[in-house]
Amino acid sequence: MKLSRDQVLHIAELAKLALSEEEIELFTEQLSEILAYFEKLNRLDTSAIPPTAQVIDMRNVTRPDEVRPSLSPEEALANAPQRKGNFFKVKPILE
Amino acid sequence: MKYEAIIGMEVHAQILTASKMFCGCSADYASAPPNTHVCPVCLGMPGVLPVINQAAVEATILTGLALNCTIPEFSKFDRKNYPYPDLPKGYQISQYDLPLCINGWLEIDLGGTKKRIGIRRVHLEEDTGKLIHEEDGSLIDFNRAGVPLMEIVSEADMRSAEEAWLYLTKLRTILRYLGVSTGNMEEGAMRCEANVSVRPLGSKEFGTKVEVKNLNSFRAVRQAIAYEIERQTKLLQEGKRVHQVTMGWDEHRHRTVFQRSKEFAEDYRYFPEPDLPPLELSREFVQEIRSRLPELPDAKRERFIAQYGIKGDDAALLVEERATADYFERAVAAAQKQITPQTIANWIVGEIFRLLRENTTEISSIKVSPEQLIELLKLIQEGTINATVGKEVLDEMFATGKSAQAIVKEKGLTQISDEEQLRQFVQEALAKNPKPLQQYLAGKEAVLGFFIGQVMRATRGQANVHVVRKLLQEELDKYKNKE
Ligand SMILES: [Zn+2]
Repeated sequence: MKLSRDQVLHIAELAKLALSEEEIELFTEQLSEILAYFEKLNRLDTSAIPPTAQVIDMRNVTRPDEVRPSLSPEEALANAPQRKGNFFKVKPILE
Repeated sequence: MKYEAIIGMEVHAQILTASKMFCGCSADYASAPPNTHVCPVCLGMPGVLPVINQAAVEATILTGLALNCTIPEFSKFDRKNYPYPDLPKGYQISQYDLPLCINGWLEIDLGGTKKRIGIRRVHLEEDTGKLIHEEDGSLIDFNRAGVPLMEIVSEADMRSAEEAWLYLTKLRTILRYLGVSTGNMEEGAMRCEANVSVRPLGSKEFGTKVEVKNLNSFRAVRQAIAYEIERQTKLLQEGKRVHQVTMGWDEHRHRTVFQRSKEFAEDYRYFPEPDLPPLELSREFVQEIRSRLPELPDAKRERFIAQYGIKGDDAALLVEERATADYFERAVAAAQKQITPQTIANWIVGEIFRLLRENTTEISSIKVSPEQLIELLKLIQEGTINATVGKEVLDEMFATGKSAQAIVKEKGLTQISDEEQLRQFVQEALAKNPKPLQQYLAGKEAVLGFFIGQVMRATRGQANVHVVRKLLQEELDKYKNKE
């Protein structure tokens, strides 16, 4: 299965990536190859098998509803590229 | 041609837990300074692991059971991917194909006719952060990010704005009864979206669905849906097409306005959350949660009618809030059958509700205890004070928390039943009002009420009405005999 250029651009947009022309070419090829590889799985008849949600054999891992200390705003914002007061700041978002 | 509306509702309710959904940060963000209830987990830092809050799971299942849902034996969480920065991970942990609760219903009362509204699912997810939009950027406070949130999705079973409103009101009452959410829409603890479409009556196919957002109050829900039904019906009548869009309710202009087109399906790329092992919900566990279900409003209303013999309308008002229902039952117990439940109901639904409304407060913070209310009602029943004075005394009790006895004593409000004392007032009232007196003697007996009013006013409402009436008759008879 070959991915179209539009599909690659759509995926790039969802991943918030800006691709150059060369990258679009390259990833169209690479993503198509990866998909083709996984196509092999379709040869198996899985119609009677429920989808796997988890590969680790664990169930019901929960914690009691107890409050634990949070970070200080200074720690929380230490890695923020931009801040204003104790808010994180990002590029303007159009509502 | 006649048209009918098809309405489905999606309600988000914040769950009243102490900590967040997947980390130990406090979920009580309301008055916290920005970014003080955050940690590596709810900030989406690399390498951290979320852990499910047990109380949030139980609250969601409890809600599902109250809404007559089936609780599947297996449930899991999924990632809902989207690029909006209100969640720092780039996805929201939610539930996709295996929610905690499915296939339930809730009953609404349409002026005597009961109607079941289907509940498609109730699932558990995390709330998002708060954004403040400024000209040169958007500011984010992640205190709310990760607060447990349940989403309750109805079937498209509602046919009018009224039904949608009843559904939402009922749902809120149930959430509050269970203590799982405050259901406060104004504070955003409960949020609601409506899917509205219109089709020719009798048609089997659905019309184009419009999503209505920005419904921040119960009133807004009712008005926005009514407006949207009218807008779509008009379009169809004019032979125009309804577009698949998202509309927002404009509170000031009282109309829905276009928000965005939904021509492109959202691409959330759901997949199972690899960081969270799934949940196996044993039947014993579900049964244990079921045993925690309190008596729900409908059952309580029926019981109040049967057990206390009060009117259906009053029972419905009393059970709207669990605290009010409890207040009523405590008062009935305190009355020890000396005051009828209906009298108690009348005072709560009438006077207590009036005072709560006037002071914009809730019964949970009232200063008048049910026992104190009964003390007041006994004073009235015994004739120590009359009902009019009783209302004034209640006002004072409500404001100060003092007992009825103390207020009556302090203000000298004891009812005057002494005939000698009252006869003077009666004679005075007749002497001062010759005109009405002539009318009465001429056969206009309704004037009697006027004289009663005069005596009551002269005694500051303290006169015993029955005695006054009797004395008035006697005195008027004297006039008649003179003629
Ligand atoms: Zn946290």
